Amino acid sequence: MTEAARRQAGQLGRAWQAQLGLGLLLAPALLWLGLLIVLPHVDLAILSFRERVGARQYTFSLAQYRTFFGEPLYWHVFVRTAVMSVLATLLTLILAFPIAWIIAKLVRGRASSLLFIVCLIPFWVSETVRTLGWMILLRESGVLPGLLVKLGITAEPVELLYHDTTILVGLVYTSLLFMLVPLISSLESLDNALIEAAYDLGANGFTVLRTIVIPHAAPGITAGCIVVFMLTLGNYLTPTLLGGKNSQWFTEQIYTQFITRFNWEQGAAFGFLLLALSTLIVVVGLRLSGQRFGDVMQRT
Amino acid sequence: MSSQDLVAEAVVKRFADHVAVDSLSFTVERGSFFSILGPSGCGKTTLLRMIAGFIEPDGGDIAIGGKSMRGVAPNRRPVNMVFQQLALFPMMSVGENVEFGLARRGQSKAERRKRSLAMLERVGLASAVDKRVDALSGGQRQRVAIARSLVLEPTLLLLDEPLGALDLKLREHMKIELKQLQAAFGTTFVYITHDQSEALVLSDHVAVMSQGRFEQVGTPQDLYYRPQTPFVASFVGANNRIIGRATGGDAETVEVTTADGWKIRVQGHAAVRSGDLVEAFVRPEVVLLARESAHLPSGHGHNAGEVESLLFDGANSAVLLREVQTRREFRVALPQTGQFADLRVGERIAFSFDVQRTACFPARSGQHD
Repeated sequence: MTEAARRQAGQLGRAWQAQLGLGLLLAPALLWLGLLIVLPHVDLAILSFRERVGARQYTFSLAQYRTFFGEPLYWHVFVRTAVMSVLATLLTLILAFPIAWIIAKLVRGRASSLLFIVCLIPFWVSETVRTLGWMILLRESGVLPGLLVKLGITAEPVELLYHDTTILVGLVYTSLLFMLVPLISSLESLDNALIEAAYDLGANGFTVLRTIVIPHAAPGITAGCIVVFMLTLGNYLTPTLLGGKNSQWFTEQIYTQFITRFNWEQGAAFGFLLLALSTLIVVVGLRLSGQRFGDVMQRT
Repeated sequence: MSSQDLVAEAVVKRFADHVAVDSLSFTVERGSFFSILGPSGCGKTTLLRMIAGFIEPDGGDIAIGGKSMRGVAPNRRPVNMVFQQLALFPMMSVGENVEFGLARRGQSKAERRKRSLAMLERVGLASAVDKRVDALSGGQRQRVAIARSLVLEPTLLLLDEPLGALDLKLREHMKIELKQLQAAFGTTFVYITHDQSEALVLSDHVAVMSQGRFEQVGTPQDLYYRPQTPFVASFVGANNRIIGRATGGDAETVEVTTADGWKIRVQGHAAVRSGDLVEAFVRPEVVLLARESAHLPSGHGHNAGEVESLLFDGANSAVLLREVQTRREFRVALPQTGQFADLRVGERIAFSFDVQRTACFPARSGQHD
């Protein structure tokens, strides 16, 4: 073997070693992705496209999807879930923006981190317990209706649970932190001199917000909205506990098909429809805001 | 009053227990280039931000173009500012940056475009109108920042150390360009810097600021040749500072004797009495060198020094001497003629200086001989 050939072989060996190292490092993530995400979805996809024709006999069919479109209750719940999720996302954004602004721009140092911790603390408690907390506050014999009677605002205790508004309150409360984190990080990276420069050139507060702050924070806003929207759309606990029988959340339909009806084929089809819906709305949202998915994900 | 674009009267700003700007009064003539020169922390940024309106003074008044600015918000003042890091809007093109202020005045899109193009033309950047801000070089960004402000035709343009972020070569170039721009537009510029060379080269008038007060306001030549305070003498330009006691003299000159016994003769000062502790200043370039003391002018007091080190810096080359008796360090500029280019470390040389071109002040508190 010549010297040059030996060197080339050595280089190849090293390149192969580097690739092996990279592969080993990525292995847990790849296994997680493959075994827990891709494989079940492939299985669900196969399930959703078959129909039981006899004992242990199945054929390919679009019946599950046909049922969804043929039964008004299903797609009514589907559309309702989408609209409520979009609404909850927008409310979360409107509520989180001033909070993020205060934490990122108005207070400094310790006070700023203290405020952020105050926002974080509720998340040390499990979601179930937090939601039960809302139930204690809002149910007919609960704290808030009792207070309303005492103050003479209502004659009888009113039931504040099981309304659409209650569901929205719960969803916004659960999602707030996930909107705050990307918003704070994107507002913190905004140079104060830009705001001052705009002000100096004659802009008022609203124009500064519209022309400087929002364009700068757009990737953060979009990132927060995507995360909150996905969490809300796929939420099961909050709508069920706070909305009760009236909640009509699509995840409940999926649960019912799998667990109560034992109709896995139908449940799988519903699962895919929900996935398609969330993908569609995220894509539309990105188009409308003129953001690119890659830029946005760097912010989260 | 109409020829004064900026009048400050007894302006005061305190932060907690620290006085940032201490009862300052000054005026800036229309169309002039006025610099505020001072070390960091002297209060110059606070002063500039009060003129721009970002900080409200605790006392006194600032009038711009003859109108008091008390209670007038920054977006309503006839003043624009070029920020230290320029603060160009990265989400907008060059043209949109320049149009920003015009749009806030409600001008139509066509009118805005026309005026911003005309302004970019004047700063030589018309072809960059649709470029992104981050595609420009440092010098180009500087010009966009100035164009963005000047397109609004402000009474006053404030500049907050805009050359600080540039490298040396570009800074030298931008200095000249800034001066030419100011001359071409005729707008009153108020410029703050800690770089004395920027202030001297650019300005019609310079205020030297220290601890919230102006030490001296004057032309660059005044500051350099006729400093009024020891701070100005040591801050503006290079200077040899000699602390000693006044030990005699006549109507015009004073003899200064240092604690270790070196005697020099410098220009007198009205407040200096015999026996006072004084600070004397001798600029490196007023010092004459000679291999034989007989070659020095006879009217000068003659001294001898030993070459400690040679500081070659092209046209600014200097030599560091040690006075032979006291071993005191003394900086001397080398003549441009190349006469002493062959000086060697350790060589003994005679030096003297013209008393007329030196300065002497009563020593500031905290100075010892």
